[in-house]
Amino acid sequence: MSFVEYSDLIQDGDVAIVYLGPESMMPVKVKQGAQTQTRYGVIRHSSDLIGRRYGSKVTCSKGGWVYVLHMTPELWTVNLPHRTQILYTTDIATITMMLELKPGAVVCESGTGSGSLSHAILRSIAPSGHLHTVEFHQQRAEKAEEEFKEHRVDRLVTVRNQDVCKDGFGVTGVADAVFLDIPSPWEAVRHAKAAMKRQGGRVCSFSPCIEQVQKTCEALVDQGFEELSTLEVLLRVHDVRTVYLPLPDFGPDETAPQTSVALKTTTLPREMPGHTGYLTFATKPRT
Amino acid sequence: SMIRKSTLPPQSRHTSIKAGDYVVLKRGDIFKAVQIQPKKKAMFEKQWFLPDTAVGQLYGSTFDVAPGGILQPRKPKDTEGSTDANEAGTDNRHILDDGKSQKLTRDDIEILKGQGLKDQEIIQQLVDNSSTFRDKTKYAQDKYIKKKKKKYENTVTILRPSCRILAMMYHGREPGKICHMRYDMLAQMLTLANIHAGSKVLVFETCAGLVLGSVMERMGGYGSVIQMFPGGGPVRAGVESFGFPAHFHDTLHEFPICHVNALLAGTLDTACKDPPAGRAQERKVKLEEKRKKLASAAALLEGRNADGLVIASRFHPCPVLLGLIQFLSPSRPFVVYSQYKEPLIECFTKLKERGGTVNLRLTDTWLRRYQVLPNRTHPLLLMSGAGGFILSGTTVAVDDSKPANSQRAEEPAAKRQKVDGR
Repeated sequence: MSFVEYSDLIQDGDVAIVYLGPESMMPVKVKQGAQTQTRYGVIRHSSDLIGRRYGSKVTCSKGGWVYVLHMTPELWTVNLPHRTQILYTTDIATITMMLELKPGAVVCESGTGSGSLSHAILRSIAPSGHLHTVEFHQQRAEKAEEEFKEHRVDRLVTVRNQDVCKDGFGVTGVADAVFLDIPSPWEAVRHAKAAMKRQGGRVCSFSPCIEQVQKTCEALVDQGFEELSTLEVLLRVHDVRTVYLPLPDFGPDETAPQTSVALKTTTLPREMPGHTGYLTFATKPRT
Repeated sequence: SMIRKSTLPPQSRHTSIKAGDYVVLKRGDIFKAVQIQPKKKAMFEKQWFLPDTAVGQLYGSTFDVAPGGILQPRKPKDTEGSTDANEAGTDNRHILDDGKSQKLTRDDIEILKGQGLKDQEIIQQLVDNSSTFRDKTKYAQDKYIKKKKKKYENTVTILRPSCRILAMMYHGREPGKICHMRYDMLAQMLTLANIHAGSKVLVFETCAGLVLGSVMERMGGYGSVIQMFPGGGPVRAGVESFGFPAHFHDTLHEFPICHVNALLAGTLDTACKDPPAGRAQERKVKLEEKRKKLASAAALLEGRNADGLVIASRFHPCPVLLGLIQFLSPSRPFVVYSQYKEPLIECFTKLKERGGTVNLRLTDTWLRRYQVLPNRTHPLLLMSGAGGFILSGTTVAVDDSKPANSQRAEEPAAKRQKVDGR
């Protein structure tokens, strides 16, 4: 298993996803001799996991069963331990396309946070790209570095514990793309510019508040960035359901056979999708 | 395989425009993909010009279109505004909108154009000859000039193609060709399908090759992409527009769907056959090529171990999905795009009956853009509805031993689903 490459069989040291049911999954570190408790019973790693094919159904000690899924950045995003508020797949997908991430890209990111976006970036730039990620909180930086190693992607990423607004990304002239998710992104714009390749590149800043967006756009324009675009993407999940619509009783009628009709349709959640943040993109021209 | 086959720098690494390159022309929010060919004219925004006159210039450069269609690099200082020191009013209470404020007539403007005045100069003339300009507020002046720039600007920017740019282009120009797929939906598909270097991805699309090209871009020339195609031959016009290096095409295979059943049944014969007597040599070579391609694609498919499936077409998605999902390994993602929701509801239902999938989700996204200017920040259009829908999920081992209806129910109960953490 690797976050950036598929494998068929579960191996010792993998980080896998145990699927218990809809909206019920948990990450599991596969280890010889280890056990995992679930509501369906115990999973014994050596006999139930190691050597089995990913996607298999695994029967637990109480007789219930689970599926074991291969890790993906998307599964990691909804299962990772939160150390900060994280970015979810909807925003991550938009960022990936709008920053033109692809194999070989060199990306700078700050802050690292819980590593949700970081893992998605690594997936997209592997095997020949590199991620320089900056986190000003020491413990979070250390935890991120630990995780990247555990997830076997450490060769693709460099974590730096510093303040991007003061000290930048630690590299200059190498990045194809820069991503900012920090409280004061306008203070980091000049560092973003310095980190980027002379020939140009793409930048993205994620901010929950419009005032932050305004200041960041001003800084981007000042620093000569072009093609500014601020947007937000909202996800709607449609629940597929069978609903039963009763038919009216107008009195005796040979042609009306039923009392209700079953309809396969979708419903939307009670609360429409909320706001995560505004995404501001821009292009650095050749300098 | 993860080993890079070629070390030649791809077009994406050139910083300057070369003859033969596939580029995208841009003016404002309008895009057009063209190939730079010597002396070949291109029409863009009602103007003819010669893209090859930009050869040697840097990608991302903006050009003025000079008479004869010659592109001339635009100097950065030319794009500065001209209102900085002007006087301005405080509100529009005295401004009459009677259509008489502009003293220049259309004929006057044509004369100025004929005299070879640049667009900024024409705009300056319009500003000078407007009786109400100086009474407008500063913001109204900016808006006026922006509007005139859009009308009179005679520039074109030349960009390197990318999934982002081409997806926006197709959505703006020819949405019908891509089943009205909005670019943020394409972004979701590429991520949900976990497209990455080194995997083996199946693509079935009728989006002029945009989806196929986007998948290829995200794979970077590593791994393999198998285009399943209906009819006589695969459509790939959109793929060319990406300007991929030649070695990317080594990873691209094709397989006609009319042979899917035979392949699944194990009855597809791709062995070399003696060609019928009397066929011309050229035809023999073509048939042999076709057979080889079929055989290599079949070899990739018959192991039923593909890593991802992306479907985006005008065909009913249900049979396409149920047919092609059989080529996926367990624990791999699939994504189906449809312009309409109902066929995806059917897919959802049928997959439930069949078993072998988890985390099925039917989603769409809304995209909202913003104007961000000091004291003038507000949303613009909300792009919703006409962007299509996506069904995504993950394969698992198909359970043959138990009856399908003993599968753990996935229709959510009354409790709220975890959507983006809320």
